[in-house]
Amino acid sequence: MATDTRPRHAELGLSDDDVLGMYRAMLLARAVDERMWLMQRAGKIAFIISGQGHEGAQVATSWAMRKGTDWMAPFYRSIASAMTFGMSAEDIITAHLAKRDDVSSGGRQMPGHYGGAPYNIVSLSSPVGTQVLHAVGIAMGAWVRGDDVVTMTQFGEGTSNQGEIHEAMNFAGVHHLPVIFVCENNGYAISVPLERQVAGGSVAARAAGYGMPGVTVDGGDVLGCYAAAREAHERARRGEGPTLIEANVVRLTSHSSDDDQRRYRDPAEVEGLKARDPIPAFGAELRAAGVLTDEREEQLRAEVKAEVNDASKRAEARPEPTTDDAHERVYAEPIPGGGTAVPLSHIGGEEH
Amino acid sequence: MAELNILEAIRSGMDEEMARDDRVMILGEDVGKKGGVFGATEGLWAKYGDKRVLDTPLTEGMIAGAAMGAAVYGLRPIAEMQFADFVYPAFNQIVSEISRLHYRSNGAFGVPLVIRMPYGGGVHGALYHSQSNEGYFTSTVGLKVVAPGTPADAKGLLKAAIRDPDPVMFFEHKKTYRLFKAEVPDGDTVVPIGKADVARPGKHLSIFCYGFMRTCALEAAETLAREDGVEAEVVDLRTLRPLDLDTVLGSVAKTGKALVVHEANRFGGFGGEIAAEIAERAFESLDGPVTRLAGPDVPAVPYHHALEDWFMIGPARIVEAARTLAAY
Repeated sequence: MATDTRPRHAELGLSDDDVLGMYRAMLLARAVDERMWLMQRAGKIAFIISGQGHEGAQVATSWAMRKGTDWMAPFYRSIASAMTFGMSAEDIITAHLAKRDDVSSGGRQMPGHYGGAPYNIVSLSSPVGTQVLHAVGIAMGAWVRGDDVVTMTQFGEGTSNQGEIHEAMNFAGVHHLPVIFVCENNGYAISVPLERQVAGGSVAARAAGYGMPGVTVDGGDVLGCYAAAREAHERARRGEGPTLIEANVVRLTSHSSDDDQRRYRDPAEVEGLKARDPIPAFGAELRAAGVLTDEREEQLRAEVKAEVNDASKRAEARPEPTTDDAHERVYAEPIPGGGTAVPLSHIGGEEH
Repeated sequence: MAELNILEAIRSGMDEEMARDDRVMILGEDVGKKGGVFGATEGLWAKYGDKRVLDTPLTEGMIAGAAMGAAVYGLRPIAEMQFADFVYPAFNQIVSEISRLHYRSNGAFGVPLVIRMPYGGGVHGALYHSQSNEGYFTSTVGLKVVAPGTPADAKGLLKAAIRDPDPVMFFEHKKTYRLFKAEVPDGDTVVPIGKADVARPGKHLSIFCYGFMRTCALEAAETLAREDGVEAEVVDLRTLRPLDLDTVLGSVAKTGKALVVHEANRFGGFGGEIAAEIAERAFESLDGPVTRLAGPDVPAVPYHHALEDWFMIGPARIVEAARTLAAY
């Protein structure tokens, strides 16, 4: 019996261009993320919450989704997913700089609160886990309408303890809704390690209680993540319901720019994380498969660098939001005063 | 014109909107085959199927959060909270997500949904089946809050709420569900959100009310006219947010006296907002203290009938408060 000697990505139906595209998406997300930190240190951005270390799982799972058709409810580390769904480097930097043209919020939300109506990325808030119910609601909407649409949502292992996550998974399981739950387990909920957060140690194991498969993948194994997401996507499209994917990833940075992980993580542990960085791991796999060469790598990195430089320049040149319309878009139609039907000048006011 | 009670009017409003727009769906606990614990959705499951009239698990947070997702996707969900008292697990979704999505996305996403909630006491429902918790929602920017008091308003406002591009909290006083029948216009009659109704014109004092209090205030006004010669103007606010300040201030300009009545707690209650608006904007019209008559400041309605009677606002207490105010 002949064994399949094709490279792993080809077995998964991915072309060389696909995997190089995925690699480039990871490089770009990392480069944008790193630029954000530089801008934060330069005082241009007040706050950063990073996706470094999560890019492999994010690009891979998002790559299995259909741009412009499928939906995503992100979390605050979803930079690489948001970019795979369609946000450009410039979109991300513009949002971090809170410029007027920020597609996510027009400068109203903090950095890391991804959203983009043109890309089917629903806007995120800060209380963790709320977005998972929105994903289930979008999936419910598609199911009610009979639309061929799959929704993906992401959250951390700390968030997996929120009641809303369990309500969402149960409801999706009951009705076999077309939704993919991706838990990006980086081992820390800010400072509290997995063993103090998740009883039993496995988020994926919780899927069994909700009538769906729970799959654990190595977040450093990009093709493994892609395979799991593609299978979940196919399942969802076949009407077989949701899947929970737990991707074990690394958090290469502190929780945020306001955190210092040296206060609660062993220096050797932090140093060791680099060995689990998904970018060199995927690069090595692609080299071994003969897809990536030194020249190609150099070219990709140069492209990415130029793209981030250009995006930064353009984003920085964009206008700031003005307070003129800060009270607008509260309701679909403006209601002066925000709650009353007439402005304060309606009666009396001026004469007093 | 059909004679309907409020429950029938609400059901008829949902039925017509579901027939008119296939994006409209209902989700909640027991809303399907059973037709809801009060019967508001009776017959709709059989007519529209179990996707558009969807029984959910007992998870209010999920009901609100999933309704938001569906609204973002383009549907027009009507979410039923079985009792307003049970809405708190959904508070995070309603107050922090649903109300803010439009603003936080700079207008990119809207949340066109309705959350229907039976509220209010007088039905032996005790602390957890009697609450009037509209104040939490009237103080939340981004929500609209409606509380009808007649069958025609219940139907017309619900139709408006379902069509509204913003999230609407729809408070239905459960004591009024089958309290009386009244004429409801045939055909597609929508009552606009944001317009109060002068339920009874008068010249001596204004009574501002909503929901079940409309019925109580009208009865009180009858007594005041008969026994005291006081002509009270009863203004049914119908929409609490956005508030129809034109009608409120117009009434105060005419009568010079304002009595605000609600069943919810007094301290921090919605009546305080009306009183403040009147004080700020109609000071020179006033001929007496803006007065609130509200539920007592205890956590909720106690069970025993004597205790419940003690809690509830009724016509007699409105008459009493109006007499004190009219004496100025």
